[in-house]
Amino acid sequence: MRVWFTLIAIALLLASLPLAGNNYLLRIATTVCMYAVMAQSWNFIGGLAGYPSFATAAFFGLGAYTSAIIQSHGAPLMLAWGCAGLAALSFAAFLGGAILHLRGHYFAIASLIVAEMLREIVNTMPGTGGGKGLTLPILKISVAAQAQFFFYAMLALALLCTAAAIVIHRSKLGFGLRCIQQNEDAASILGVNAYAYKTAAFSLSAVFVGMAGAIYASWVNYIEPPDVFDVLLAVKPMVMVLLGGLGTIFGPALGAVILLTFEELVWRNFLTVHAAALGLIIVMLVLFLPNGILSLVREKLPHKGAAK
Amino acid sequence: MTALLTLDGVSRSFGGLNAVDDVSLTVDKGEIVGLIGPNGAGKTTLINLITGVHPATGGRVRFEGRDITRMKPYQIARLGLARTFQIVQPFPKMTVAENVAAGALFCGHAGNVREAGAIAREHLAFTGLADLADRPAASLTLARRKRLELAKSLAMRPRLLMLDEVNAGLNPTEIEEALGIIRRIAEQGVTIIVIEHLMKVVLSISHRVAVLHHGQLIAQGAPRDVISNKSVIGAYLGAKYAATNPRGRH
Repeated sequence: MRVWFTLIAIALLLASLPLAGNNYLLRIATTVCMYAVMAQSWNFIGGLAGYPSFATAAFFGLGAYTSAIIQSHGAPLMLAWGCAGLAALSFAAFLGGAILHLRGHYFAIASLIVAEMLREIVNTMPGTGGGKGLTLPILKISVAAQAQFFFYAMLALALLCTAAAIVIHRSKLGFGLRCIQQNEDAASILGVNAYAYKTAAFSLSAVFVGMAGAIYASWVNYIEPPDVFDVLLAVKPMVMVLLGGLGTIFGPALGAVILLTFEELVWRNFLTVHAAALGLIIVMLVLFLPNGILSLVREKLPHKGAAK
Repeated sequence: MTALLTLDGVSRSFGGLNAVDDVSLTVDKGEIVGLIGPNGAGKTTLINLITGVHPATGGRVRFEGRDITRMKPYQIARLGLARTFQIVQPFPKMTVAENVAAGALFCGHAGNVREAGAIAREHLAFTGLADLADRPAASLTLARRKRLELAKSLAMRPRLLMLDEVNAGLNPTEIEEALGIIRRIAEQGVTIIVIEHLMKVVLSISHRVAVLHHGQLIAQGAPRDVISNKSVIGAYLGAKYAATNPRGRH
């Protein structure tokens, strides 16, 4: 029960943000929500199942392009977003069937090339705009209203994704994924259909990211392959989850806030060396807090077993 | 008695090595069968072959008349074949109770995680681990981890339980306790295959003993007969010793 109250409290707090009337803040908050979706999604496959997936960028770009292309054929916005989620989901289910039998580094490398592959396909396929990119229809509402609309859209997606995480963490699926993460062979011997469970986790890690890509595309009005298939979109979710707390419910969202705060602060104060400074902070945090920021709070709380 | 498990000329080779070579063996319902043999004889490979971890490269495995040779480990587990690992395989970061709950949950004996937790408590009480239910599995001593392996496989409600050296590395008191638990499991009607190096243990609990050597089944029968079998003594102590030892007979 406590997690649901926490989620509702966070939702109400964030939903009242536009009242502050600060568009810079609103833009940052929209990005935080987008990062939270990506981190939360990666947590399904990377945190719960223990499969280090680099496919997040592929799902993001796939969602962005699916939505942009079907909107260019006249589909309404919401339908396009839904289709983007569906496209990412089916693509992940199909891809999972092909690469989820690989373990550890082998899986990581196989998932890494997927975004590169999609990027090349988009570059050469007709109807995608190729290297010139695609422009999306602009909403016919005021600039301030647009900012609010996209903030609420990202927020809703982040909340949906977190709600899904809460349900799955406590379900048979979540339990099975934790078993797989700790010892896949032992899990199989106990009757866990590891292949099906991993594919489910991989698909879950795709569906919300695909929709986030679609919302992002509409938000910025213009997408091109190097932007939406950027490898950083695959790396940042991992960093966020590691910062916040691997395999936890609120860790990924917390990690998103921390990473973006650092990005903004470092970028503003160390313009020329911001990437190096950010890298250093991340290395320090991961070295000294390997279980994430949440572990600091956790150690103070009494331990609670899930199988009670 | 009716056959529960039938191995029909099963083989498993790794490259050029025949780890299990044309083994035919029947295990009847309610039996405790001891599986012995020198190191590297293929005992664990035989268990891996039955549970689908390393599927047979030749021959057939039948469980209750059903051909399970090509089934996946999780499917075989759900049919009621459980095993423990020689090198214990707990989920280290989970609690002891969660480890056991996994067995009940994924073999379909519990509808949800909470029910599985309740079932886990029963098996923890049976194996004497109830006090440690909320401790992480990684914090257990070897003897208790072996017991945890046992509790996990019991939660699967097995028809056939394969115990791979559950007593290795334990002290005499711990072995006595473990034997007591195994006997009580057998009394509940579970058929058991025991892999064991400690002869005293094998002889005291097995109804029947099968001996593997270089992947082949070289003898099977009543425990006392098997250990005085000449080829068995030869396998353990060398042919020369078997020929001169007056106890050896065919």
